[in-house]
Amino acid sequence: MADRASPRFLRPISAPGAEIGHAITFESPLVLDAGCALAPVTVAYMTYGRLNAQRSNVVLVCHALSLDQFAASRHPVTGKPGWWDVMIGPGKPIDTDRYFVVCANVIGGCMGSTGPAEVNPATGEPYGLAFPLVTVRDMVRAQAMLLDALGIERILCVIGGSMGGMQVLQWAASYPERVISAVPIATAARHSAQNIAFHEVGRQAIMADPDWHGGAYHRFATNPAKGLAVARMAAHITYLSEAALQRKFGRNLQNRDSVSFAFRPDFQIESYLHHQGMTFVDRFDANSYLYITRAMDYFDIGADYGGVLADAFRGTRSRFCIISFTSDWLFPTAENKQIAHALNAAAANVSFVEIATDRGHDSFLLDEPEMFATVRGFLNSVAASRGVP
Amino acid sequence: MKSPARTLRSDLSVIAEMIPEGARVLDVGCGEGELLEHLAITKRVDARGIELSQQNVNACVARGLSVVQGDADTDLIEYPSQVFDVVILSQTIQATRAPRAVLQELLRIGRRTIVSFPNFGHWRVRLSLLVNGRMPRTLSLNYSWYDTPNIHLCTITDFTDLVREVGGVIERAIAFGDGASARPMRPDAWGPNLFAEGAIFMLHAEVPLRP
Repeated sequence: MADRASPRFLRPISAPGAEIGHAITFESPLVLDAGCALAPVTVAYMTYGRLNAQRSNVVLVCHALSLDQFAASRHPVTGKPGWWDVMIGPGKPIDTDRYFVVCANVIGGCMGSTGPAEVNPATGEPYGLAFPLVTVRDMVRAQAMLLDALGIERILCVIGGSMGGMQVLQWAASYPERVISAVPIATAARHSAQNIAFHEVGRQAIMADPDWHGGAYHRFATNPAKGLAVARMAAHITYLSEAALQRKFGRNLQNRDSVSFAFRPDFQIESYLHHQGMTFVDRFDANSYLYITRAMDYFDIGADYGGVLADAFRGTRSRFCIISFTSDWLFPTAENKQIAHALNAAAANVSFVEIATDRGHDSFLLDEPEMFATVRGFLNSVAASRGVP
Repeated sequence: MKSPARTLRSDLSVIAEMIPEGARVLDVGCGEGELLEHLAITKRVDARGIELSQQNVNACVARGLSVVQGDADTDLIEYPSQVFDVVILSQTIQATRAPRAVLQELLRIGRRTIVSFPNFGHWRVRLSLLVNGRMPRTLSLNYSWYDTPNIHLCTITDFTDLVREVGGVIERAIAFGDGASARPMRPDAWGPNLFAEGAIFMLHAEVPLRP
């Protein structure tokens, strides 16, 4: 195990002086659900706040599909604020004056943790499709290795939205004795057929790009940016809601008074999506996108426990707080409620909050005061019960 | 959660006194969680709640209580048997669609069940119907017949009959209201059914249920 000052990035870091965080490389192999072992394994991560002497104030933040460890600090590639800046910081719901926040890039990711864009030491070139398929459980195993290395035994709270919520559920199921409380947000106990379908559209877009070269684009010095941008555009629609799109864009035209009778982006919504696609390819690796969407597709935590979701949490002493959003049609309230039902059936200590908003799945990343009040109140209560000041 | 934020409704403080220290408690229809919060602070109970109104649920969770949005009529079946030391249904049974089934579920999931309800056998209710010839409106149930959420009102005698019918055993019965403080009552006697504004029952299942 060697602690290196900075993770290896394939692309140069454009933000000068950016805090690019930490990375730990484990020489011991990570045994994957796919049946193979990955070694060495690097986990890149960020921390915010201070670990107290009792090591009892740890909040583990799990990131979603297209995000990374830069939850509450400037992104080294885009220079933008952290993706959960609204939630994490001094005086914020996850108060860094009180809690020690850890956020790690998932394995299979592309911001420093071992993934398809990283160099395979056996061959001296990036893994590409030689990278083994990873699962959400593998991601959580890697995070557990990280916490072990940091000397952190128990987690006051593990929290995350979307795929981050899947990791939260996996943490609670795999390591119940380490998880004091868990906050899965806008997520599901298994990825639905509709969600798998959207992911497959994205993957096919990437693989249809001639610059993809069967995943070996590093050899051709190309980047399947068009395919990845289309994947991102399609996915981005699923993160919003019909009502929010109508409210924000309607049928408004972009920089013109009438339609062009051509296939230019006439409508504001079109240029918005183009922008989303184009900015995404600057910070994300196409193969990573394939691997991480696949990990989400494979997620079905009940199936790992004989098809009975409640059995994943049988005997748990963790406290749970589930949050969903009314306009989220990607991970709708019904899916989140299923988790609450299963936890009730396991006699677990569970809260369930549905927040009324028209901003769709992405609500968990936005300024939603009721979500903040929920997280703040829940964390306060958990911290008080564990004597964390 | 340091000290109780407000004084409890009188029937709730009677219920609170019946709860043993450190018990695992489920409050069905917990509203804004005033009883749960009181119990968490004064009795250090493992306090859980179910509440129909999402707005109330969110308020409870923001105050650090463990509450899920749910409906007593449909969601009690998912809980395992005998997992709670005490299950509480306060001033809610009259608003359920199927009070008999709800009571059966409560007896199944709780080792003890506490039910409080307004007594529609009270003399003022009886007199109101006799004199006015209209469905009575009381201070605590001030609704017209056509818009009341209280669709299954009962008297103490009615409730006592139901408890027997579903195989429940009455451990304690308490009458309250009419200016007098809460007092133990004999649920079969005619007096309480005429003079109590409300009642609190502590029950358990006659046939012990396996956890």
